[in-house]
Amino acid sequence: MVPLSWYLVLAAALFCVGLYGVLARKNAVAILMGIELMLNAVNINLVSFWHYLNPQVMAGQMFTIIVLTVAASEAAVGLALIISIYRRRNSVIAEDMDLMKW
Amino acid sequence: MTVTVDQILFLLSALVTLGAAIIVVTARNLVHAALALIATFFGVAILFVLLQAGFLATVQVVLYIGAIAILIIFAIMLTRRVMQDSGPQTNQQWWLAALLSLALFAALWAVFQQVPGLQNVTGTQVIPNDSLQRLGFGFVDPNQYMLPFELASVLLLIALVGSIVIAGEKQ
Repeated sequence: MVPLSWYLVLAAALFCVGLYGVLARKNAVAILMGIELMLNAVNINLVSFWHYLNPQVMAGQMFTIIVLTVAASEAAVGLALIISIYRRRNSVIAEDMDLMKW
Repeated sequence: MTVTVDQILFLLSALVTLGAAIIVVTARNLVHAALALIATFFGVAILFVLLQAGFLATVQVVLYIGAIAILIIFAIMLTRRVMQDSGPQTNQQWWLAALLSLALFAALWAVFQQVPGLQNVTGTQVIPNDSLQRLGFGFVDPNQYMLPFELASVLLLIALVGSIVIAGEKQ
C-alpha cells in the first residue's frame, strides 16, 4: 500500500533535479532536457492525485494529456530555435547568447 | 513494518527515474544525457502503470520517448560542432543552482509535513472499469473537455508549422 505522500515526494525530487539542470547547465539542449524533467514531475503529481483522491472523474488524466501535448509543442519550438541560433552563431552555449539583435 | 510488493515496485521505479534524472543533469556527454532522459521517461511510464493509468503510460512512451526524445537527439546531433564534450558542462553558478534546488525540495517536504493526514491517503478508491471509455468520451463531449482538446490540437499544429519555419533553411 503506497501512500500518496511517496508519489508527491518523488515528483518534488524530480522537479528539483530538473530545476538544477535548467539553472546549472551551459548547453541550451541540456536546459531543455531539464525542462522536460520538470514537466514529467508535474505529470506524476497530476496522475497520483487523480488516482488517490477522485478516480471517478477523468479530469486528472485529461489535464495530464494536455500538459503532455503542450510539452511536446514547446520542445519542438525550443529545439527549432536552438537549431536556428546554431546556424547563425555556431554555438549553443546559453551564456553566449547575450545580444538581442546583431 | 512489512514491505508490500507494490511498495517494492514503487521504490524500484522511483530509483530508476531519479537515478536517470541525475545522470541527465550531470552527464558530460550530451548523448549520454539524452539516453538517460529516455530512461527517465520509461521510469515515469512505469509509475503511470502502477497508478493504473495505462493509457497515459502508453501515450508517455509513444510521445515522450518516440517523439520528444528523438527530437532532442536530432537537435544534439545537428548542433555538435563546437560543443565537443570537453570543458565544464555547468556554468559558474552551479553551486547556487544546487543550493536552490535543495532549498526548494526542503520547502516542499515541509509543506507535505504540514498537511494533516497526508500519510493516511492510501488509495482505497475504486478505479472505474471503463476509465478509458470515460476518458475518450470526455474528450469529445461538448459538456466536458472538447474545447481543451481542440485547442491542444490547434496549438500542436501551430507549434509544428512554426518550428519548421524557424528551423528551415533560408533560401
